[in-house]
Amino acid sequence: MSTSSVEIKVCLGTSGNAAGGEEVLRLFRHYVFDRAVEARIGTRCEFRKVGCRGFCSKDVLVDVIINGSKTTYQSVKPIMVERIVDDHIVGGGPIPEWMAGDEYTSFHSKQYKIILGPCGEIDPENIDDYIRMNGYRAARKAVTKMTPDGVIDVVTQSGLRGRGGSGFSTGEKWRICRGQKNDTRYIIGNVGEVNRALAEGNPHAIIEGLLIGGYAIGAQKGYLYIRERYHLSVERLRTALDQARDKGFIGKDIFGSGFDFNIEFSFGTESFICGEETALMESIEGKRAMPRYRPPFPAEKGLWGMPTVINNAETFSNIPLIIGMGADWFSSIGTAESKGTKVFTLSGKVKNNGLVEIPMGMPLREIVYSIGGGIAGNRKLKAVQVGGPSGGIIPESMIDMGLDYESLRKVGSIVGSGGMVVFDDEDCIVSVTKFFVEFLQRESCGECTPCRIGTKRMLELLIKITDGTGEIEDLDTLNRLSGIMTASSLCGLGRTASNPFITSFNHFRDEYLAHIRDKKCPAGVCPALVVFMVVPEKCKGCGLCRKACPAGAVTGEIKKAHDINQELCIKCGACYKVCKLKAIKKQ
Amino acid sequence: MEQRLEGILNNYLQNEGNVISILQDIENEFGYLPEDAISWISDRLDVPPARFYGIATFYSQFHLKPRGKHCITACTGTACHVKGSEWLISSLTSELHLLPDEDTTEDRKFTVEKVNCLGACSIAPVVVIDKEVYGKMSSDRLMKLVKKLEKKESEKEKA
Repeated sequence: MSTSSVEIKVCLGTSGNAAGGEEVLRLFRHYVFDRAVEARIGTRCEFRKVGCRGFCSKDVLVDVIINGSKTTYQSVKPIMVERIVDDHIVGGGPIPEWMAGDEYTSFHSKQYKIILGPCGEIDPENIDDYIRMNGYRAARKAVTKMTPDGVIDVVTQSGLRGRGGSGFSTGEKWRICRGQKNDTRYIIGNVGEVNRALAEGNPHAIIEGLLIGGYAIGAQKGYLYIRERYHLSVERLRTALDQARDKGFIGKDIFGSGFDFNIEFSFGTESFICGEETALMESIEGKRAMPRYRPPFPAEKGLWGMPTVINNAETFSNIPLIIGMGADWFSSIGTAESKGTKVFTLSGKVKNNGLVEIPMGMPLREIVYSIGGGIAGNRKLKAVQVGGPSGGIIPESMIDMGLDYESLRKVGSIVGSGGMVVFDDEDCIVSVTKFFVEFLQRESCGECTPCRIGTKRMLELLIKITDGTGEIEDLDTLNRLSGIMTASSLCGLGRTASNPFITSFNHFRDEYLAHIRDKKCPAGVCPALVVFMVVPEKCKGCGLCRKACPAGAVTGEIKKAHDINQELCIKCGACYKVCKLKAIKKQ
Repeated sequence: MEQRLEGILNNYLQNEGNVISILQDIENEFGYLPEDAISWISDRLDVPPARFYGIATFYSQFHLKPRGKHCITACTGTACHVKGSEWLISSLTSELHLLPDEDTTEDRKFTVEKVNCLGACSIAPVVVIDKEVYGKMSSDRLMKLVKKLEKKESEKEKA
């Protein structure tokens, strides 16, 4: 860094964009130019659009770095830009009331960002930024100085396991694929929901990982499988790929080694089943995404019948680091069985929502309370659901458990897609379970009977319970169904589809029984089992609930206690949400 | 129509495309998959229409009916669900007078659709209006945005 420099970094991931980041960046440029700032302070100002740094609930985040000293502003609106330029960049005085506060610090201090680190620092649309951070050095080392088997050895020793699904050893998978006799082999990078920030913030790491993987298994062609709908990710990956091609990192005779490798996009579709390796390959081949029988495994017989490796973008992002810094460095992070870090999307009822990267094995409590800042609105933590829709529900009593492959499996959950949703005491566990099963039923591809019919029957029973017509025997049926689906479904979707029910039933049996036996929803969520009523002593007759009610069920005169017509009430809870006096109760 | 399809077909033959990519191209070109287009392509490639429909109905990204001019997509992923996306959808359908099994208004101005997860969970609930992403959406703000679009459309009609 030069002795005199000004750098302005604006967060422009999906969330930064949604919060108006483009306009913020434009205004910074505008004011700096308009007020001849560069001439006045005698130094150049550099503008950088950076990827997501995870703390999206406070977007737009802006870093102003003057002579190496960084100030981060949060929730920057276009209207605030002028003052930041005048007071801070020209005047030299940061504006304390707009600076990112303790939350920002506590959100980041417990994280360990090895792959998300560069997101938020480098410009994802500029390959030179990536190269400056030692980018493509690992690929060069692998391709020119290491044998493919040498690369596989390092990856195996590092202990890296697949970040998408079942957590199979990445090195082992590569070795099996390399061991096949065929000359043609493929490597596929699956860019899923959680990988979005990586694709938007540091796309070159994914490409470099894919390149190293391609070299290791002896593939000539790699695919980036990504949903067409993720416009920004597609755009950034495309730009990155073009730049890598221009530099000669992708194409023919890479680094003068004689190794040829090309990468192509395959545009995926809106389909959960495509997270299953063989279904994804069917989709690339232009067919319905229905899983294949295995064995043979994809590493033996995959895309177009050739040996194929599929890893997700997060797994690939780790590869350049492992090759660059060594297997020992990587395996020093995490637990005995689960090495490295894992990215989770922390969402739901925590104060700080965002994308977090933690060392494997970190206790769930630390994520919820230190990184997440605790439960919003000072309510009580009820449960955390980890691993996406087919993950398990972990109750509050177990939140001291560490997050790694083994511990999660023990409690009936999975690392899965890295989704993490926090529920408070206002969430109904039965209703939440119904939501997951509804999703899985919709996404079941219909190929095998246990999953196609099992998810449907399961959903029907859960609807029955939340509608207040459930019977005790239904719980036995649900348990029996779960057992059958887990044992006999063709792929992971069906085998894990009962996770939400099994875990929630084990830990929240009373709540199921309350729905069935007492016809009550303790959290006051299930419409058929809840009644909204005005508490006349507390109601001041402000009329807020009357205005909020979409069904016209609330009546009453101003300054007099209101009333809810139960026949008209659609149980949406709008009145409950707007009332500031707690004068509406749920029963 | 034939001319446009010819272009898609050529592209398909040159790039060794597959059935999904040809359907994606048709969807991008016409906004949905017109029956005539599928019959035409199926004749030209000598592939039974059933193969196209089999795929078109498997993936939710394909549509067999014309779509509205403005597309409002509500994310119904877990994080958005917990933050009340159902509520947003029900206020949308009632504002646009959509019946439970309809997704497009009669005048084909608006389509309301749900999507599984947009991966922007930290700004839930998320709504995408004509490719523009809006985070932390509230029912009030959404209604304002929709009304603005409705007003723009009716002004266009008058002009």
